[in-house]
Amino acid sequence: MLRMNGVCVTAVDDSGSKEILNNVTMTLENNKIYVMTGPNGGGKSSIAKVIMGIFQPSGGQIFLDDTDITHMSITERAKLGIGYAFQAPARFKGIRVRDLLKLAAGGAKIDQCQLLYDVGLCAQDYLDREINSTFSGGELKRIEIASILARNLKVAVFDEPEAGIDLWSFQRLTETFEALHRKYDTTIVIISHQERILRLADEVILISDGTVARRTSHEEFLGEISMIDKDCLCKENCIKGGVTNAECSR
Amino acid sequence: MLNAVDKKLLEEIADLHGVPQGAYNIRKNGEGISRNTTANIDIVTKKDKPGIDIIIKPGTRGESVHIPVILSKEGLNDVVYNTFEVGENSDVVIVAGCGIHNPGSEKAQHDGIHEFFVRRGARMKYVEKHYGEGNGTGERILNPKTIIEVEENGVVELEMVQIKGVDRTVRDTKVILRENARLIVTERLLTYRSQTADSIITVEMVGEDSSAQIISRSVAQDDSEQVFHLNLRGYKKCRGHIQCDSIIMDNAKVASIPEISAFHSDAQLIHEAAIGKIANDQLVKLMTLGLTEKEAEDTVLKGFLG
Repeated sequence: MLRMNGVCVTAVDDSGSKEILNNVTMTLENNKIYVMTGPNGGGKSSIAKVIMGIFQPSGGQIFLDDTDITHMSITERAKLGIGYAFQAPARFKGIRVRDLLKLAAGGAKIDQCQLLYDVGLCAQDYLDREINSTFSGGELKRIEIASILARNLKVAVFDEPEAGIDLWSFQRLTETFEALHRKYDTTIVIISHQERILRLADEVILISDGTVARRTSHEEFLGEISMIDKDCLCKENCIKGGVTNAECSR
Repeated sequence: MLNAVDKKLLEEIADLHGVPQGAYNIRKNGEGISRNTTANIDIVTKKDKPGIDIIIKPGTRGESVHIPVILSKEGLNDVVYNTFEVGENSDVVIVAGCGIHNPGSEKAQHDGIHEFFVRRGARMKYVEKHYGEGNGTGERILNPKTIIEVEENGVVELEMVQIKGVDRTVRDTKVILRENARLIVTERLLTYRSQTADSIITVEMVGEDSSAQIISRSVAQDDSEQVFHLNLRGYKKCRGHIQCDSIIMDNAKVASIPEISAFHSDAQLIHEAAIGKIANDQLVKLMTLGLTEKEAEDTVLKGFLG
């Protein structure tokens, strides 16, 4: 279980400081899929990064089960069982797919071929390839997801995993998340705008203006989106404000 | 005879655990100490200057030659001239390399001048590793000069690696490619402390349909300095590609000086060069897998230098 209590993150640059996360408070249970969605720039990826320790909070606390991880490093959090699949995965000259998966697994025995199959890649074609610029964005994304699946995690965060994945492979991707959900007790957090991903959610978390705007079931959320699409010309603003059906129709 | 230090050096430069199989010539502190020839590969001592002639019969396939050099004394300046005749349609691996163990305060230097004639249709893989060690303050200097002529349809693969511990090096490589000849060069270089390394690779593509690919990767740490002069010259219809990547750290300096020259309208030459720090996204990704920052850095460097 992951708990965030009043978490704030402040970004500082030449033009001054800006609060990019503002009092984020939420509890994420084990063995549940949460899909975080919301407008661009609303803070979804920042929440993912503060969970992983890539961003350090300027206020608030984060707990993994009963352990306060607020000031822990990325490495310490990774060792406790938190994982993050990047929206824009890194490329490595000289590191092959098999090397990355082996690093991801730590000392654990894994079936690399099965992992690649699960993300829609043929192991024979990929295991010995360097993770360099010869990979397309979609291929890179799948390898990134495989590197998370290689780890037996307590909390797995996927940042827009569907980006760059072709329509033909989308089904495989959703099946992979479902299988992960069935197999382990992992808290799965997926950042996404895609309806098919939203449908996987036990709970949809709407993130807007750097905080949790609302939490709801995917049925309710998708129903509202459908109404907003139909009745409102300013969909993004409605979502951003957490506007209800009734308010939007008005 | 080989002592423990010699054996360690051989292991580092030639992956040898004892005496190699097949043809070999081991040179230690300026003298040949052990040699073996085979029915297809002869090794003959030069009469006019220090060094050996390695003669590989036409059609020799699947054989290897090891010619490591080890220096374990200070104050040595070992100069050696080796000539390789790689017979038509042969397919061989030649493992050279030099390891210096300098225990004293005077420099230890090895200048290896290697000349290769790769005859028609022959295929040669040449592996050269350089390594230095020892507690002495004396410099460890390695200056290899490699001249290769590749005849029609010949293929040459060069793997040139400076593993560690070499204080100064000037690596000068010149290759001439005849018709339909092919060259693949993989260079790996690591410098640290106040070490310096100059690498000059010049490829002359004089034959039609010849091709060359040079992949150079280096890491410069501490106060070390590296300079790369990679030069492709196309005189006929040919293809050449240089890819030169360096990771720079600490107070190191790296210069990459490309030169591509075409003397024919069907010559296609590309030079790519990049110098930069280890990308932060690479370190962060590896840290999210549980590696410390230092482990992540080592993993990136190890992979990069392959």
